[in-house]
Amino acid sequence: MTNPNIPLATTSSVTLVTPPPGADAKTGATAAPPKMSAQGLDFYYDKYHALKNVSLDIAERKVTALIGPSGCGKSTLLRIFNRIYSIYPRLEAKGKVLLDGDNILDPKYPLNRLRSKVGMVFQKPVPFPMSIYDNVAYAIRHYEKLSKADMDVRVEEALRQGALWDEVKAKLNQSALGLSGGQQQRLCIARAVALKPEVILLDEPTSALDPIATGKIEQLVEELKERYTIAIVTHNMQQASRVSDYTAFMYLGELIEFGDTTTIFENPTKKMTEDYITGRYG
Amino acid sequence: MNTQPAQTDSRIEADKRAAFADRLYFRRRIYNGIGLIFATASTGFGLFWLAWILWTTFYTGISALNGKLFTMMTPPPGDEGGLLNAFAGSAMICLLAILIGAPIGIAAGTYLAEYAKKSRLGEAIRFFNDILLSAPSIVLGMFVYTVVVKQVGHYSAFSGSLALALIVLPVVVRTTDEMLKLVPSAMREAGLSLGVPQWKVTMQVLYRAALPGIVTGVLLALARISGETAPLLFTAFDNQFWSTNVGQPMASIPVVIYKFAMSADAGWKSLAWAGALIVTLFVLALSLLSRAILLRNKVSND
Repeated sequence: MTNPNIPLATTSSVTLVTPPPGADAKTGATAAPPKMSAQGLDFYYDKYHALKNVSLDIAERKVTALIGPSGCGKSTLLRIFNRIYSIYPRLEAKGKVLLDGDNILDPKYPLNRLRSKVGMVFQKPVPFPMSIYDNVAYAIRHYEKLSKADMDVRVEEALRQGALWDEVKAKLNQSALGLSGGQQQRLCIARAVALKPEVILLDEPTSALDPIATGKIEQLVEELKERYTIAIVTHNMQQASRVSDYTAFMYLGELIEFGDTTTIFENPTKKMTEDYITGRYG
Repeated sequence: MNTQPAQTDSRIEADKRAAFADRLYFRRRIYNGIGLIFATASTGFGLFWLAWILWTTFYTGISALNGKLFTMMTPPPGDEGGLLNAFAGSAMICLLAILIGAPIGIAAGTYLAEYAKKSRLGEAIRFFNDILLSAPSIVLGMFVYTVVVKQVGHYSAFSGSLALALIVLPVVVRTTDEMLKLVPSAMREAGLSLGVPQWKVTMQVLYRAALPGIVTGVLLALARISGETAPLLFTAFDNQFWSTNVGQPMASIPVVIYKFAMSADAGWKSLAWAGALIVTLFVLALSLLSRAILLRNKVSND
């Protein structure tokens, strides 16, 4: 299990995936240049080898979905893209992840810059215990000194992009904890968007939400991809097929198949992918 | 109804089973009843003594309550007087103890929960903190007596506060640690994923989430020290007169109760009861307040 080069993982056998490290990354799945690109990525939880030689591109202003059964490493992969994993001890990523050509795994790459460019929304909505307004303004204040008027504009803009403005404009100073789960999650998206990031990572953003709230988030993702590059981890196959342009299927830490969503769902080349998508396991 | 043999058989079988189940259920009800009686009796036994203590304190204390309690100083034997200097002394000594113990405790608890986490050092600190938590308060008093009082050469309110701060410290460390650990790690990740540094996330986000719990810890520590006598006996000692000088001996309610309750003087004795009642009410109020704070904020972390 610890050998990164068992057959399934070799990049040559993976459809439409980027070439191995060292080659030009732009000959991958997508016609547009990739915004982010993992190259020969390995990940270890202490001694457990969680990602094995994964290479894939995240296309700019598209939605890339990561699917696969629990424990396949899809969330792990997502959490490397903004190095949030690094807050825990004994986790290690080896290989390269490029953001606009710069390797973000390089310790010299400033974490501040990375996280202001790559925002993240988590499985469970986690509004901060402060007002709705402050939730959005919180991170902006860390990066910019804005006048009250400018800040108002920024907060409104972010909340509009989070499709939440109309619901909360009358109660901006109330605690964000009073919002419903779906509203809280959209607030979290607005909070991430407020920093004007380039990439947004969504880690199972709807798994704690009811179908109506889920629908709203999916619609929102559709709107957000006009401006942002989006990577979404989901357990919900329909969701992946509805919202994404590209889909990566992972299994046991390996990237099995990666390509545009229609192909993956309608005409997968790997038996494994087909079995998973048709619900035969996972 | 046409009953065939086979059906009758199964019917008898079912009746048997039902009868067995009835017996089993009856037995269980008896066991349940016995268990309930024991549990209720134990609760009643415990509450009985508590009620007795409270009743005596209230009954005897209330008859000793009067306006002079808060306006006059502790009297010499046989004289009329109040407990004003002791109340003021207790308030000063306890507040100073909280001012010393709580910030250090919160900082240490934060270190444990946010930085040391499950490291070996963190676990070792938690272990020693738990020892300090259950250390007999008289030992802490002796420690401060040896380290401070003996060196300075005289008793002082400040040394009393130091001894009490040693009691406050582990309580606050523990509650801060526990309360921060209750904050979901997703909230840390959400803060950090915005690029905000850890110390800022801790101060501005996590403290807010854990604040009710931390405040409760501090209030409970205050409740704990407001009745402490042993550490004050050889640190703050006692003072018959009004004093606000923390460098000098100062009166405090527990020490005055200790001194007055053991005397033969009726006036002193009733003052001791009055003091005991006030301290009890104060601790009760603090407990209720901290419960209220926790209850009101219960939903905040969900």
